Amino acid sequence: MAKILVLTETSGNNVKPVTLEILGKLNGQDIEVASLGELSSEAIEQLAKYGASKVHTLSGENLSVYSPEGYSQAYSEFLKSNSYDYVFAGATSQGKDLIPRLAGHFDAGMASEVTNFVIENNEFHGTRPLFAGKCLAKVEIKGPKPHFVTVRPNSLGLPEDPSPSSGEKNSIEVKPGTIRAFVKEVIKGASEKLDLTEANIIVSGGRAMKNSENFKILDELAEVLGATVGASRAAVDSGYAPHNMQVGQTGKTVSPSLYIACGISGAIQHLAGMRTSKVIVAINTDPDAPIFTKADYGIVGDLFKIVPLLTEEFKKALN
Amino acid sequence: MNILVCIKQVPDTETKIVPNQDSNFIETSSIKWIMNPYDEFAVEQALQVKAANPGSTVTVMRVGKVHDTEALRTALAMGADDAILVEAEDNLDSYMTAKALKGSIDKSGKSADLIFTGKQAIDDDCLQVPQLLAQMMNIPSVSVVVGFEQRDGKLVLKREVEGGALEVYEAEQPVLIACNKGLNTPRYASLPGIMKAKRKPLTKYSLSDVGVQAEDRRVHYSNFHLPPEKPPGKTFDASDESKELETVQQVVNLLRNEAKVI
Repeated sequence: MAKILVLTETSGNNVKPVTLEILGKLNGQDIEVASLGELSSEAIEQLAKYGASKVHTLSGENLSVYSPEGYSQAYSEFLKSNSYDYVFAGATSQGKDLIPRLAGHFDAGMASEVTNFVIENNEFHGTRPLFAGKCLAKVEIKGPKPHFVTVRPNSLGLPEDPSPSSGEKNSIEVKPGTIRAFVKEVIKGASEKLDLTEANIIVSGGRAMKNSENFKILDELAEVLGATVGASRAAVDSGYAPHNMQVGQTGKTVSPSLYIACGISGAIQHLAGMRTSKVIVAINTDPDAPIFTKADYGIVGDLFKIVPLLTEEFKKALN
Repeated sequence: MNILVCIKQVPDTETKIVPNQDSNFIETSSIKWIMNPYDEFAVEQALQVKAANPGSTVTVMRVGKVHDTEALRTALAMGADDAILVEAEDNLDSYMTAKALKGSIDKSGKSADLIFTGKQAIDDDCLQVPQLLAQMMNIPSVSVVVGFEQRDGKLVLKREVEGGALEVYEAEQPVLIACNKGLNTPRYASLPGIMKAKRKPLTKYSLSDVGVQAEDRRVHYSNFHLPPEKPPGKTFDASDESKELETVQQVVNLLRNEAKVI
């Protein structure tokens, strides 16, 4: 049995779903969880429910806010006094920045953003997309341990029948050392919604949106569905939406349960970024638009008519 | 001030990717190579810092194979002063790449007051080299940077996180900055710039020159394959106004009862 540490993050009182996806997939291994900062009792319950035998909460000076140096030094200190085979984390904003730096402390290998994996005879075998998902490959890690893995949110799914464990809590004081680049301030984003990379439903607009004001109709549909709004590169480059909303090879790679593409023709680099969505709906006036080749449900029509109708019909259906 | 910029050559975003015969990498024979799009923001920011700090130099560095185009020449044409190329295969892992960059910085004898990189390369999408290199050099790093300002001898850097929120960092040099789109508008190389670039120094090293061996490989790839094609979906024609409502109701119904995602 491999000894595994899963690094978790929280959003409010809850554990981020990607942590639970990872725990579910690791069922049968010796799994512990660590977090920086205190965890709510709800969070510890969730972790135990999905199989964490121990939950280590690390705290120390200057660790109330994330910094790559502070967090990597703190986790590194903890990892050096234990012996884990693997360290897993979600490929979130923080995970993507922190885990490579942490792996650097151990001269260890790291597999980034795997979308599936197994552990057989204590060996990790993963699958990950490359070229924004135009291609997939098998990935393995060699060299000094622990080995590090980040997992793309929404790709494993939650287990229907998780195997619980004790979730024994352990508080640890750590010293982060010198932090030379530190966060002075956090400026809130315009949107309190889930980030595109973690969203379960995405409504995206393309060049056919014509201007930024028209994104309002997508916001309204998203509101009804609890979705996050995205955009194509064409829409971002035309100034209709900011880059943090861009889906595609030079934006974000996403895999929601439902992706609704509105007025997006489907350039190869956009398709690469959203093709792993479970269900794709496309709305476009051009019946030959490449997006229809990837859509489960295609609507040939005017998005300015169809989208408000969708909003109304979903409202009725969900009430 | 010595400013270093690490760049990578990647297949153009419109490239159709095909696994090679041995399935251990992609077929590279007909690829158009470009500078990794995020690296353009890194080069531009370095040139802006150079302009604001007279006497500074900008060195661009790359680890990879020599193809028809050379992204280092593009960076030199944009205004960088000199270049270092570590010749290697295109499929190095992040650890080897970071180690090669560290090794070539050491070998060149250059101090690194500021290091700029793109936030990620759009080929392997690993997002590891900037943080690994910073850790190997024992300097701080800030990634996904969309704001850069020099203020009273310090740097104020804005890092974009989930939901468009920004973490505002204060840092002193040396620091590694991994740049995101939105940081600046990269310049185009001018014709005189392109002419001048041909005469600018480009130093070449091999992997062994910079202390990287085959045993340094940490991540092994195999079985490159294309994602499974989806079976064709259902398409509804609602181009006629009279069909709009009916179609929308049908699709909402299918999403609830067939696909079960709502």
